[in-house]
Amino acid sequence: MKRIAGILLVALALAGILWADTALSINGAGATFPYPMYSKWFDEYHKKNPNIQINYQSIGSGGGIKQVTEGTVDFGAADGPMNDEQLKAFQEKHGSGILHFPTVLGAVVPTYNIPGVEASLNFTPEALAGIFLGKITKWNDPAITDANKGIKLPANEIVVVHRAESSGTTYVWTDYLTKVSDEWKTKVGKGAAVNWPVGLGAKGNEAVTGTVKNTPNSVGYVELIYAEANKIPYGNVKNAAGVFVKASLAAVSAAAAGAAKEMPEDFRVSITNAPGKSAYPISSFTWLLIPEKFSDAAKRDAIKGFVKWMLADGQTYAENLSYAKLPKEVVAMEMKAIEKIQ
Amino acid sequence: MATTTTTVPSAGPVAGSRSFLSRLREGDEIARVITFLFAASVVLVTLLLVVELWQGSVLPRHKFGFNFFRTSVWDPIFDRFGALPFIFGTTVTAGVSLLIAVPLGIGAAIFLAELAPARLSDALEFFIDLLAAVPSVIYGLLGIFIVVPLMREYIQPGLKNTLGFLPLFQGPAYGVGFLTAGVVLAIMVIPYIISVSREVLLSVPRDQREAALSLGATRWESTWKVVVPFARGGIFGSIFLALARALGETMAVTMVIGNTPTISASLFSPGYSIAAVIANEFTEATGDLYLQSLIELGLVLFLLTFILNGLARLLILLTSQRGSEMSHV
Repeated sequence: MKRIAGILLVALALAGILWADTALSINGAGATFPYPMYSKWFDEYHKKNPNIQINYQSIGSGGGIKQVTEGTVDFGAADGPMNDEQLKAFQEKHGSGILHFPTVLGAVVPTYNIPGVEASLNFTPEALAGIFLGKITKWNDPAITDANKGIKLPANEIVVVHRAESSGTTYVWTDYLTKVSDEWKTKVGKGAAVNWPVGLGAKGNEAVTGTVKNTPNSVGYVELIYAEANKIPYGNVKNAAGVFVKASLAAVSAAAAGAAKEMPEDFRVSITNAPGKSAYPISSFTWLLIPEKFSDAAKRDAIKGFVKWMLADGQTYAENLSYAKLPKEVVAMEMKAIEKIQ
Repeated sequence: MATTTTTVPSAGPVAGSRSFLSRLREGDEIARVITFLFAASVVLVTLLLVVELWQGSVLPRHKFGFNFFRTSVWDPIFDRFGALPFIFGTTVTAGVSLLIAVPLGIGAAIFLAELAPARLSDALEFFIDLLAAVPSVIYGLLGIFIVVPLMREYIQPGLKNTLGFLPLFQGPAYGVGFLTAGVVLAIMVIPYIISVSREVLLSVPRDQREAALSLGATRWESTWKVVVPFARGGIFGSIFLALARALGETMAVTMVIGNTPTISASLFSPGYSIAAVIANEFTEATGDLYLQSLIELGLVLFLLTFILNGLARLLILLTSQRGSEMSHV
């Protein structure tokens, strides 16, 4: 017995030494939309700093907020900012606040499948809200045809496709519709999952794309990255300045630049329907959620180091992965905000 | 103790404890205790599950009460939650799948057990077991890429043209919906029904068949009137298994049901099932009421399984009594 206990003790001690010797491990969880970007960053950062290992689980924005609030992960990530209630819950539980750090930007685009129509369609905010409210039911409705002179649209029923599960994509889409349509605001509202007035639910960007591709006369919404990677048609959306803009990294950056001037201290900002002639109106930041106070100084320094690197060198990786970079003004603001982490 | 000493004549006054000791030494008692614990753990886990689900759903139970089962709005933004469309969707898809799978599955099992040559039967059984082991997401993909387009292009228009006067087959043909989910579920549960039913039919004693044949019954008569009734209990068992799988199936259903909480008389309409909505919304359910409403849906699914299984058992009890009376005549 004693021998076994002795062997166990030695083994434990060895394991302890080995454990302490391996990289400092930091855990995060949250949004799925920036996951390809984050995994690239964490990988590159680990190569440059072999003693720091950042693990990230893309369990969804809601899950990220929940886990960081409960303290089971060191940081969270979300596609929509935390609301006041969630901030209060965090404050109550930890006695200190949580900070939002924008990392990159993305866009959500309307995609469609109308047999015989190859051209890129123009969508007004009224048309999008009407279609998704179930008020515009035919493709040849004047609300659609007026913005698409010269394109012959059929008199077929529109099949609306939306996300079935909660998602940051839905948050951005409904946030936009809430801003441009009062009826949407009072009837449906914005959120990662809403009570859809019409349509079919499909699980994930893949299934939305698949359903739209397979269903004649359908319309859905997916992330820009996804639409580009799959080469599916997507429409131009009329922005706040009245211009029809096709989503692109430049158009997303333009939306961010417009918002950067009025960026609040806590970075909790929505840039849908942003001002500016070239701004794409359904764009959004995605955020890291980092607690203000860390009990472990090593972890704190590692996270601060990572955010600094992400804002400088890290941004250069963004465009290769089809994410838009942060505007310079926002980067400067964030550099200052890092010092709030204690 | 006293009774054992009197009833076992050869044993002495300490026979009771000695036999217990010897039984202990031989392992009988230990085996009994261990297996009892294993059996009890099943009950324990079930109870724990109910307690956990019950405690986890305090908020919606207090806020909505019985209305949770009666209302059909599911709105996470304005915090209104009703389970009716999900209960409807789960029941309808499971029902449709059994309507398709039971006759097909039992028919196939009868062929394999009674009529097919043994080598063919064994070879097919291998494929059936293989089908039963395919992950449900594969069936879901099969559903999206094959069943849904088939439904939209051929089957649903066909049903509309022939049986369109029934409310069951009206409305736009999206391809996804209750009917498609039922069909995909049927494909998934058929292997269970065939596999279990075949085993049960094969285990019917030979003399039952021989007796029927010797009385002048044809082969089909001996199969249908003697072998199948004899194996009825096991065949119903296979249907239970299929029902349980159909009620709880998540991935394949969510891929083809349309994920829209609706109650409609039309099988073409998109719908939603309990398991699917839990899987889709649980990870990002942010508010407490929202999360707990999803947990209460879990409780509802548990109850639904319980009730449907109970009803099915009752049905069997009733029919098997009638059956045994007939066999006595």
